Amino acid sequence: MAERERRLTPPRGGVFVPRVQVLSPEDVVRALTRIAHEIAERNRGLEDIVLVGLQTGGVPLAFRIGQILEEMSGGAAVPVGMLDVAFYRDDIGIRPVLPEAVTDIPRDLAGMIVVLVDDVLFTGRTIRAALNALADYGRCQAVQLAVMVDRGHRELPIRPDFVGKNLPTRFDEQVDVSLDGVVLGDVVPR
Amino acid sequence: MSASLLSIADLGAEGIEQILRVSDSFAEVGRRSIPKVPALRGRTVVSLFAEESTRTRLSFETAAKRLSADVLTFSAGSSSVKKGESLRDTVETIAAMGVDAFVVRHPSAGAPAQLAGWVDASVVNAGDGWHEHPTQALLDCYTIRQVLAERDGLAVEDTGVGCFAGLRVAVVGDVAHSRVARSGVLALAALGARVTLVAPGSLLPPSLEGWPIAGVSHDLDAVLPDLDVCYLLRIQTERGAGSHLPSLREYTAAYGLTARRAARLPGHALVMHPGPINRGVEIAAEVADLPRSLVLRQVANGVAVRMAVLYLLLAGDSQGDMLKETVSG
Amino acid sequence: MADQVLLIRGGTVVDETGERPGDVLVTGGRITAVGAGLEVPAGATVLDASDCLVAPGLVDLHTHLRQPGQEEAETVETGARAAALGGYTAVVAMPNTDPPIDSAAVASQVLELGRGAVCQVAVAGAITVGRAGARLAPLGELAALGVRLFTDDGAGVQDSGLMRRAFEYAGGLGVTLAQHCEDNSLACGGHMHEGEWSSRLGVPGIPAAAEEVMVARDIALVRLTGAPVHFLHLSTSGSVALVAAARAEGLPVTAEVAPHHLSLTHAELAGYDPLFKVNPPLRTAGDVEALRQGCRAGVVDAVATDHAPHPQEAKDAPLDQAPPGLLGLQTAWPVTLAALTDVGMTPAGVLALLSWQPARIAGLHPDQGGEQGGPVVAGAAANLCVLDPGATWTVEPDRLASLSRNTPWAGRTLTGAVRHTVYRGEPVVTDGEARR
Repeated sequence: MAERERRLTPPRGGVFVPRVQVLSPEDVVRALTRIAHEIAERNRGLEDIVLVGLQTGGVPLAFRIGQILEEMSGGAAVPVGMLDVAFYRDDIGIRPVLPEAVTDIPRDLAGMIVVLVDDVLFTGRTIRAALNALADYGRCQAVQLAVMVDRGHRELPIRPDFVGKNLPTRFDEQVDVSLDGVVLGDVVPR
Repeated sequence: MSASLLSIADLGAEGIEQILRVSDSFAEVGRRSIPKVPALRGRTVVSLFAEESTRTRLSFETAAKRLSADVLTFSAGSSSVKKGESLRDTVETIAAMGVDAFVVRHPSAGAPAQLAGWVDASVVNAGDGWHEHPTQALLDCYTIRQVLAERDGLAVEDTGVGCFAGLRVAVVGDVAHSRVARSGVLALAALGARVTLVAPGSLLPPSLEGWPIAGVSHDLDAVLPDLDVCYLLRIQTERGAGSHLPSLREYTAAYGLTARRAARLPGHALVMHPGPINRGVEIAAEVADLPRSLVLRQVANGVAVRMAVLYLLLAGDSQGDMLKETVSG
Repeated sequence: MADQVLLIRGGTVVDETGERPGDVLVTGGRITAVGAGLEVPAGATVLDASDCLVAPGLVDLHTHLRQPGQEEAETVETGARAAALGGYTAVVAMPNTDPPIDSAAVASQVLELGRGAVCQVAVAGAITVGRAGARLAPLGELAALGVRLFTDDGAGVQDSGLMRRAFEYAGGLGVTLAQHCEDNSLACGGHMHEGEWSSRLGVPGIPAAAEEVMVARDIALVRLTGAPVHFLHLSTSGSVALVAAARAEGLPVTAEVAPHHLSLTHAELAGYDPLFKVNPPLRTAGDVEALRQGCRAGVVDAVATDHAPHPQEAKDAPLDQAPPGLLGLQTAWPVTLAALTDVGMTPAGVLALLSWQPARIAGLHPDQGGEQGGPVVAGAAANLCVLDPGATWTVEPDRLASLSRNTPWAGRTLTGAVRHTVYRGEPVVTDGEARR
């Protein structure tokens, strides 16, 4: 989400120029596996867990964690959803905010433990929007947050429950996260 | 002047595609137990209907409310227009209250366009005279795309607008007096459909110069077997179309979709109608179920499409609306 | 004022006899000398005419002065001022006032108002009572007051039988009937030219045929009755062809076109701006070209403004609710000049259409006992305009003399300006400013 925020930042977006590879693809899988274990441990099982990836960066990570959890549990599927928080953002009217994809929440969330999954935790505003959005799908038992990278610079009292890597950054840097690794770089105007 | 949706011609294929895509997200919102998002909190939308249309007005107002906008309703009945105040005075007075968008239905073609020049707010054309009804065309396109996607076993959001390429559409009936036809032809053609107008000469516009159509026919029977979509227009008896025809009976005999004619359509063809249907005129009672099966979808899709339009017009930043950005980009 | 001495110096004199460089001396309301290098008499006011044409004042066959009845839109006084600023020294006031000019009483009222104005105000009378198209107005009574033109302008006389009687009756009076050619059953409910743009914009249209049907009918009635007809504001190529054929046949038919029909097309309506709503409507580029060629070929006798003021609030309405009409007096000269030089006409040819030819149709020419449009010679009445064909100016609606602002030329830059206007020896406009 942080990536999208940046991409749409005036003057009308920019181009990501990679500088340092921070995590390799293997590192990412290792981190996701650790997060999966932590989720299972913290919640004493997978009974009421629903993974919800945030569009777009969190979605592949959520599915990958879901896959790992399924393997861990010997085939019991963990529901995975996708959430687009465009309509809940507090920067509507400040910059163009377009939905990236349609939200798909696989089941009623009432009573469930929702683990939000995102690529990068930055200001925390996306997570704030996601919490509001989730509320419209029912009253969850609990909401937890898993991110691949926590890069600091929080603007809201939000903290992650599960972190792949704490990565101190400058405010104007850019972090690119995918299953192919984590790269630190800069955004230059188009 | 803010961004407005006055004509389908302002959008182009990319603009239409963007609206359909964003509509997918709002269709999902509509399926939730709490079908409301805070996107337009604090924005004010005025629905200014100088011509009564309960369906369209409710659809727009529902859309605005589901976006959490505040909605003011101004209808012709309560209007100060009757007290001799000019439309411009009325509109400028309302605008001074701090309005972000006007949704305008007016019996005069061009009234929304004029209004857009008078106020800073966005203007959405909700139907002006014989001119255009852009959101009707958009929701019809959305519905077509939805049905075609389902037929292919796809979710609508996984379908682009490629399904319109080469789609054979007939627009049948009172094209001359139809804002639905003007918007529909522009939208379908922009997306790549091949549109044929089917009507008696007296119900065709005097000139078709510049209309992006594949052809004109006066023989519905000949056209039917080659159609993917048969779009029946309402005979606007209230707008004088009656005097353009010897009789409604004669119209129905030549252009009404009777059971016999419906049987000439390919099995996959869609029959659509903007409603309300003059049963026994545009379509025979026994086949009225064909378009009716789509009516409820059109209504539901109408809310989603109008949410998308309002969102795209009002949620952009000061540098311009998101529609323009897509079009120019 | 009438004993004022003026020397219009350094211009080119243009009239129906030709053009020549020359100064014009005006004394006591009359031209007293015309020639090169005239001396400045003591106490004379000198009007600079360098780079200008000095011509007989322009004559507008078609002006809506709106008085009586719509004084918020225009009055005789303000309309005449706009006329003078446009180079006109005479206008024919149309009878679609409220009440209409269908009686000696109303005609006298307007003529009386015109006596104090800064140009000559002639009136046209209505053909039918109340312009209702049902029975003949008192044409004889009006003719006795000097009314030479009759029209129901704003509408055509629909009833062919009644129109025939009108022609027969008018023929005996020596007056001319002028027709606003529009068949209501074809034009009904239209607000712009019926064609490509009306079809696209969803606006009810007025087909060219609505005009042509009545032109053709009236030509047939002229053939039947022998009485002359003048066609007002023709707007279609078909009308021009009909008039050309009637003229070739030797029928007493004259025709006028309006400056806006020589220069604007229905595409102007793309934004639904009621400023461009006018009747007859702006038509196609082909029609514009045919009208220009009609002027060049002499089929069209006059360019007349159809100056039709409307208050702002009337035009702040949806297109189909706004009244038709636009201002024309102050922009006629540059607009017509541009349109017709485009088809190779000379300024003298353009002035024929704006001055002496319309003067004859209005019955105001010296040959007819009037004092408008005649040659610029010693002894003639001093009704003159000094026109700068090369000056450019930008139209600012708020600076127009009319009480209304409905000009389609707002913000546009025009080439051709009026420097001075002299009416009955008085410099009513000097250096582009009205003196009173």
